[in-house]
Amino acid sequence: MNNTLVKYRIGKSIGFQALTILLSVACVLPLIFILVYIIQAGITKINWHFITNLPKPVGEIGGGIANALVGSIIIIACASLMAVPFGILCGIYLSENKTSKLAYWSRLCVDILQGVPSIVIGIIAYFWLVKPLGGFSALSGSVALGIMMLPIIVRSTEETLKLLPDTLREAAFALGLPFHRVILKVIVPCGISGILSGVMLSIARITGETAPLLFTAFGNPYLSTNVLKPMQSLPLLIFNYATSPYNEWHDLAWGASCILLIWVLLLNIFTKLITRKWKVQL
Amino acid sequence: METSVDNDLITRPDLTTGRVIASTKIQEDVKGIKRVKRSHRQIRAENVFRRTLVIVALTMVVLVLGIMLTLVVQSIPSIKSAGLGFLWGKTWDPVKDVFGVYPFLLGTILTSFMALIISIPFSFAVGIFLGEYYPKGWVSNILKNTVELIAAVPSVIYGFWGLAVLVPLVRGFETKIGVDPVGLGIFTSSLILAVMIIPYAASLGRSMIQMVPSNLKEAAYSLGATRWEVIRSVILPYTRSGLFAGIMLSLGRALGETMAVTMVIGNTSLIPKNIFSPGNTMASVIANEFTEADHPVYLSALIELGLVLFVVTVVINMIGKRLIKGFSNE
Repeated sequence: MNNTLVKYRIGKSIGFQALTILLSVACVLPLIFILVYIIQAGITKINWHFITNLPKPVGEIGGGIANALVGSIIIIACASLMAVPFGILCGIYLSENKTSKLAYWSRLCVDILQGVPSIVIGIIAYFWLVKPLGGFSALSGSVALGIMMLPIIVRSTEETLKLLPDTLREAAFALGLPFHRVILKVIVPCGISGILSGVMLSIARITGETAPLLFTAFGNPYLSTNVLKPMQSLPLLIFNYATSPYNEWHDLAWGASCILLIWVLLLNIFTKLITRKWKVQL
Repeated sequence: METSVDNDLITRPDLTTGRVIASTKIQEDVKGIKRVKRSHRQIRAENVFRRTLVIVALTMVVLVLGIMLTLVVQSIPSIKSAGLGFLWGKTWDPVKDVFGVYPFLLGTILTSFMALIISIPFSFAVGIFLGEYYPKGWVSNILKNTVELIAAVPSVIYGFWGLAVLVPLVRGFETKIGVDPVGLGIFTSSLILAVMIIPYAASLGRSMIQMVPSNLKEAAYSLGATRWEVIRSVILPYTRSGLFAGIMLSLGRALGETMAVTMVIGNTSLIPKNIFSPGNTMASVIANEFTEADHPVYLSALIELGLVLFVVTVVINMIGKRLIKGFSNE
């Protein structure tokens, strides 16, 4: 009797372990399905012509996504230009003034910003930039994406700098260095790998963001490099062409999805390698 | 300027030991004046830097306050015209200026909670697998990184994949069980959402489970508990608040997710009849209709929707964050 009870309990334990393993493995399957499917559908569409040409109108075969590639790069570059210095400075403030009242509120705001749905950020950028400037523009898209980058950069900077030993800072001060040089020449270089990986993570995150661009950058069938005019970007192109009824456009969207996916995954893997090499903890 | 300071640091001992006294008095004076000027510049730069930091931190606060203020101000016309009826009005008809968001609220709640229910067993399994059963080794490393990659895939790609693969599958399933075979709908978006939100609860669960003190577990083992019994009566109760926080963060993600849902939910403003019928969520309505909104009240109604979404997600996220903070302080 006692023996069967013990066996039952052990069996239950093993059963649960098997279930856990099964469910965990099942988690990975959708990702693999998606990766394989997108790459299978997209990789055949990608060639030199695809990368360097503009999309053709419906009915014509061929065409490429040059406008979306250029647009994506410009929008992300502008967003990074605004968000990276700002985010790093904010992170420095938070790690230098751990207990001040302003730091408390600012930290709270970063937390709030992290949870704001991307579509709401799009609305905000619409009212702050699109309406006053009188039209959709790549710049407003960059601002929206920049706001989305901020929480990640601020958090990673703050967490990295917090981990540095206080003796480092004190030694620098003891040499008579002024505050800004202690921060910029000693503290930041020591934590650069953590800060960098935060920056790359944030870029990876916004590369695939579509919702804030819907009513800011808006999309553009032609090649445009003017940041005050509407501009196409990869996720926007995928959204517009994927929901269209034409097969030629679906093909373009598959190719674009494949490029976007590879881009984002490479950024993520690269970040992982950096963090592992420098033993950063995020 | 930077190089000159470095020179200064090097030459200073020379000055104090008096080795350079041989140089003429005038040179000394010039050097002294230069040094005073330089330290003035340094102090000024230091103050500018400190002030910049404060301004940046202040801007952060102003930014978030500005976001809230913009949403509230822009949704005033809609609040004035509809009042609280906005939240439970059952019809959304922009042509007749009737704005009731009940169908979208229902759609949002249905999709997010179904997604949550589907994803919780999987994310907790991953959490337990990585936190308790196999915390080290290459298998768990691969699993951890893959699960993190799930969060990295852009949502528009999930949407496109859902449109091409999942919708036909669901359509086949619907024909079998005898409901309208649309394919697009609340059920399909819940499936996609469920996949997308797995990593949030999983990675939080993993770190919480790893923090369970080993003496608690060992005490239970010494009393003769099996592995499952330790998990159920030591690990899960100990990490309860952390796991709940994970659920909250996942929910916040699911509520705000726009693109994947917009692409597969079917986009109608009717109240969904069952979980297979097409619908709309708050985020997908905004995404679809914002650029079409042609008169102020319509636009303002969409913004009020955004405001509701903002408040709900922020509250849920804050609850999650508070729980995590409380857990790590214990």
